[in-house]
Amino acid sequence: MPNTMPDVSNSLTRTASFQLVWLGIAATLGFALLMVLLSWASALTGSGSSTLSAIDAESGTLTLQLSTEPPQLDSTRATDSVSIMILGHVMEGLLRFDANNQLVPGVAERWEIREDGATFWLREDARWSDGLPVTAHDFSFAWHTALAPETASEYAFILYPLKNAEAINTGTLPSDALGVRAVNDRMLEVEFEQPLAYFEELVAFPTYNPIREDFYRNRDGRYGADVGDLLYNGPFEMTVWVHGAHLRLEKNTDYWDHERVRLNVIDIPYFTTDTTAALNLYKDGQIAIVDYLGAEQLDEVLQQRWELLRFGDGSVWFLAFNFDSGRVTSNWHLRKALQLVTDPSELVNRIIKLPGNLPGESLFPVWLQGIDGFFRQEYPAPQIALDADAAREHLRLAMEELGLDEPPSLALLVDDTPGAGRQAEYFQNLYGTQLGIDIRIDRQIFKQRLAKMQNQDFDIATYGWGPDFADPLTFGELFASWNPNNNGRFSNQEYDQSVRLAQSSLDPRIRMDAFGRQQEILSEEVALIPNYERGRVYIKDRRLQGVVRRAVGPDPDFTNAYIVETP
Amino acid sequence: MYAYTLKRLIQGVITVWFIATATFVAMHSVPGDPLLNERGVNEEIRRNLEERYGLDRPIFDQYLIYMANMAKGDFGISFTQQNRSVNDIIREHFPVSATLGVLAIVFAGLGGVLWGALTALYRNRLPDVIVMFLVILGISVPSFVIAALSQLALVGLNDLVGFSVLPVAGWGSILHMLIPSLVLGLGTMAFLTRLMRSSMLEIVSADFIRTAYSKGLPPTRVFIKHQLRNAILPVITVLGPAIAAITTGGFVVELVFAIPGLGRFFVQAVQQLDYTVIMGTTVFYGAFLVFMVIAVDLIYGLVDPRVRLE
Repeated sequence: MPNTMPDVSNSLTRTASFQLVWLGIAATLGFALLMVLLSWASALTGSGSSTLSAIDAESGTLTLQLSTEPPQLDSTRATDSVSIMILGHVMEGLLRFDANNQLVPGVAERWEIREDGATFWLREDARWSDGLPVTAHDFSFAWHTALAPETASEYAFILYPLKNAEAINTGTLPSDALGVRAVNDRMLEVEFEQPLAYFEELVAFPTYNPIREDFYRNRDGRYGADVGDLLYNGPFEMTVWVHGAHLRLEKNTDYWDHERVRLNVIDIPYFTTDTTAALNLYKDGQIAIVDYLGAEQLDEVLQQRWELLRFGDGSVWFLAFNFDSGRVTSNWHLRKALQLVTDPSELVNRIIKLPGNLPGESLFPVWLQGIDGFFRQEYPAPQIALDADAAREHLRLAMEELGLDEPPSLALLVDDTPGAGRQAEYFQNLYGTQLGIDIRIDRQIFKQRLAKMQNQDFDIATYGWGPDFADPLTFGELFASWNPNNNGRFSNQEYDQSVRLAQSSLDPRIRMDAFGRQQEILSEEVALIPNYERGRVYIKDRRLQGVVRRAVGPDPDFTNAYIVETP
Repeated sequence: MYAYTLKRLIQGVITVWFIATATFVAMHSVPGDPLLNERGVNEEIRRNLEERYGLDRPIFDQYLIYMANMAKGDFGISFTQQNRSVNDIIREHFPVSATLGVLAIVFAGLGGVLWGALTALYRNRLPDVIVMFLVILGISVPSFVIAALSQLALVGLNDLVGFSVLPVAGWGSILHMLIPSLVLGLGTMAFLTRLMRSSMLEIVSADFIRTAYSKGLPPTRVFIKHQLRNAILPVITVLGPAIAAITTGGFVVELVFAIPGLGRFFVQAVQQLDYTVIMGTTVFYGAFLVFMVIAVDLIYGLVDPRVRLE
């Protein structure tokens, strides 16, 4: 049956649509009223974004966006870069990094490192945000807490160089056996497990930050969970923390060195992992810096003629192999064949295409210090000349040794990010065309990838390693047979001995020689194929000066930043 | 009516229990490990962590403990936000998602009914063609595209005007709510417009409409009072699931507009295998969905006198 309206339809259309328009206006008004009601109701719950723009010179305010909020700010349990960045602004350890990334006195005004231990003399004017002095007991308490098994600190291992620390953390010795003693309020005595060449680097790490015992105990397990659950002793103190919505750091006038701090407020009202959204906020003048840009935002930045800044984030990315004897990748000839056709500069220039990345040549990145200058200048990385013919010969030998009739198929475990996917396809194509090796790309989301790494369920995996402290050891010990991050279980006696030597020796030459030898062994054994040293590009408002980016320590660092009126 | 309500509520509780159990089983059978992090840890630290989160117990014990706590309304402590309880996370972030969701659903409902009625009125004429074209766009373009485009448009608008008319992202004031809620509701509005239009056209030829005309009622009155009111019923039916879908599906919009809603925690928890947050948010959303459907069924009984709840 056809849907026919009566013949009055023209006048119906007119009058009915007139009524619908009235209904529409009523609906819009109703919607607006509802918005007012809801905003009034949510204002009661206390979230409020700032209304200032990116930079307000008058009040010295800087507005930022972060990818996420810190999960929590208990320094004994912090592991992620956002927590470390915030902690670097609101807390201060015995030592800290200055604007040139050098270690300088923090709470400690001077110190002495000996073969068996160290002594720190604390400054008199270091204060907590409630006015009480920061004492040696606060450090001793924090270190004991981080090592207590029930704290379950993931970074407890960074305290292991302290005497008996490992035994306490594993529950075999009582807590009071720890080689740390507050002699008095301003003197901290530390005993080492064995001689330690890089302790200064370690004490700048947030796990070594002070915590005041009475305050910690009063929090009933919620220390660091909220704005009121923290005491501050750094350049800034946190005044607002609305979870997921708003962080506000204000200059701490009780901070002993407050004269160097020139910003008054760091306001962080935006949290999103969406870099496009961050770029839009920047374009709109709402935030002063986009601290990390992806390749897809690069065109836009170049088009807008914004100044593109870059820095190395210190991490090294490489292909890791599985050395399990049941895997074909345990065969040296096979790994050698792959090494001989891999050109990291092609990967960097054609696939990654972000400025700032360096083609990988070694596990030890270029920025590490050696004896007098840079480590890599004193101990150049072994050069691998591309040689497809030799590679095919090695592949033939590998197949012979493995008893294979055709080139093996390899599982390449990668992350599920678009960038990792492009790199995986590059390797798939490279090894397929050059060697006839079939690469099966195994893309997994974060935790699954980690689980597969841990369970050695891969042939090759793309892997990145960022430094914990500025000593080659943070990279070198990665391939020690006992290291839990040595997922492929590379094991080499000479390498292990060399790592032990570097851990316990105090002589820079002996240590650097050891790292140099490690670099050679890794290349000879093809324990890994270096891909790139990661660079990052970012943009910032020209009125904002003095921002420090760094590979080790809180990044980005605004404690020395200042605002200029006319750039 | 009361017996019916009670019966539905009991069914609802059983459904929620089932959702919780299924989620628990699924979550634990996903490959991966919540305690694994970029930095591997040695066995002792690992044991300390397992003890802290109770993962050292047999899986069935974990299940019983979890269910007992859940019955008491305690969802536990988050794995990633180590000293925040899941209850706190829900309490602080659900109101944000709900605000956004309520606005979106009101926008979608009102807009869907009005545009649906309008297109039915102008059936096969130019306004109908234009609106239906937009509706198809609204249904087929995914929300992350619309969200990104509208944000870009906002940047352009602010740039054009020279000051910040509407905020590009963030949360906290009335202006922050407008665009995200419209973006969030757009897809549902498009869907409801189509539903409303076809429902209107179906009713045009119904007996009671003909009766109304034959009684000599003015056509406009027939249109608004009889046709529109009856055509709304199917819209109300899908509103229940749509409310749940909008309130839980705000992840993308929350991400793009940097809004601290629960949707982000929900999705991030799955990516991070944050067991307690996965359980807490899924059970919470599951219960929300179940009771929303029940509520809509009850409202249906009130709106449509032909429906008896027994």
